Amino acid sequence: MIAIDDAKVQRVIADFPILARPTSRGKRLVYLDSAATSQKPNVVIDAIDRYYREYNANIHRGVYEIAARATDEFEAARAKVARFINAATQEVIWTRNATEAINLVAYSWGLQNLGPDDVILTSELEHHSNLVPWQLVAQKTGASLRFIPADDRGELVLDRLDTLLEGVKLLAITHVSNTLGTIVPLERIIPKARAAGATILVDGAQAIPHLAVDMRALDVDFYAFSGHKMLGPTGIGVLYGKRAILEAMPPFLAGGDMIRHVAYDRSSFNDLPWKFEAGTSNIADAIGLGAAVEYLESLGMDWVRSHEQELLAYAFERLAPLAPRGLAIYGPHDPERASGVISFNFADIHAHDMASILDTEGVCIRAGHHCTMPLMEKMGWSATARASLYVYNTRADVDALIEGLEKAARVFKL
Amino acid sequence: MDDFYRDFILDHYRNPRNHGHLERASASAEDVNPLCGDRIRMELDVRGGVIADVRFSGQGCAISQASASMLTESIKGMPLEEAAKLSKEIVLENVGIGISPTRMKCAMLGLRVLKSAAIGEIAGWPDEE
Repeated sequence: MIAIDDAKVQRVIADFPILARPTSRGKRLVYLDSAATSQKPNVVIDAIDRYYREYNANIHRGVYEIAARATDEFEAARAKVARFINAATQEVIWTRNATEAINLVAYSWGLQNLGPDDVILTSELEHHSNLVPWQLVAQKTGASLRFIPADDRGELVLDRLDTLLEGVKLLAITHVSNTLGTIVPLERIIPKARAAGATILVDGAQAIPHLAVDMRALDVDFYAFSGHKMLGPTGIGVLYGKRAILEAMPPFLAGGDMIRHVAYDRSSFNDLPWKFEAGTSNIADAIGLGAAVEYLESLGMDWVRSHEQELLAYAFERLAPLAPRGLAIYGPHDPERASGVISFNFADIHAHDMASILDTEGVCIRAGHHCTMPLMEKMGWSATARASLYVYNTRADVDALIEGLEKAARVFKL
Repeated sequence: MDDFYRDFILDHYRNPRNHGHLERASASAEDVNPLCGDRIRMELDVRGGVIADVRFSGQGCAISQASASMLTESIKGMPLEEAAKLSKEIVLENVGIGISPTRMKCAMLGLRVLKSAAIGEIAGWPDEE
């Protein structure tokens, strides 16, 4: 196994003030729920704080000094995100989160382009956020839904992809499974979807915090993600869209800032990206996300990925001896094919009971269906426990998880 | 919270009482806790306004399943009208100490389903009444 760079991780940990705060039981906080939301480094908290303390003003059209600074910082944050994903600034639209980004495409592009004979192809791995919007659009337009199946390990079965792609107007697919960590092989799927003439949307909420993602290289039409899972604040997310397709789309939300000229009976709309940003934006959190992106760049996304892979390999190694006692780990179970997610159940200990017992030791995990109810039902799991890793996690955190599992085994008298 | 998992709770979890289905149920209800997916179904055999027999089924954590199991033992022979008015105290008395606020809905799911069956419509969460 490659050695984990402990000195670098310790420097990272020092950047996250919450990790220095013990729990009410006096335990060290062992945060293993970054797939739900990540912790925030000082640079992000400070960037938000600075906006409110030093230059809080509304953006665009303000002529005074602090309004100009607010506009500059807000648009600079957009440029940072665009650089981070290798896109043009006009292609980066602020939303509340990945869910809102997907809904924007569903209601703007979907209602305009989908009809009764059209097929939306998605997968059995999807989070509700990339499934339910398409169910609603299908109901409104008469389009039908089709699914790329997942196997027992939570990897997509691509043998019949050519057949599945026949007549597909939209491919809406996740990049990384939030429940199992599966990295979907987009490089095998997207060229075929392109050849079939499909428009392509990728839900990148679980990918962009962990992998280097390049919009030009991926060749997708839309890519949606949330700021709060990538060290940024809640309430800010991004829709990336290719310029030509965004230009052809009608607005989603209407109001101030998204217009060019308004008369009482009609309006014309602003240029990209503002055409899709009605009303006052979440200025502070956009600036915070810009700081988060810079922080990730300073760590290096290659380092982020290799750190998580090393930690995941260590976790699997430590968990393996528990298998004979009833520990079941779901998903690809391979650090090369998965992001830092460990989805599991231990004997007859229900995932919620597991989460409660781990909580008494300061270990934070998530339990339940992880907003993937159809996948859970297909797999026959009523709930799973999920530990997820990120830049500030260490082998000591994995060890704390293992000790917590041993405690749960004692409490349940396994 | 780990104090909660005492022997009799684990026993009700692993060997639930009155578990399964009735051949003929005069009242029934089923519900899920949408936050976590816990699911409970209650079937009642009501004779002369009294709960003569009860079965429950479902899946979920030890708190939800053990609470439901204990509740079925508490309500056998109880007038249906009384069951419809039960408060969360009956569950808290059954399980004894220590349900944290984050797990209260797990404990109350069985009671909510029972009350839904008794009144013939979806009942509110007992802890919010």
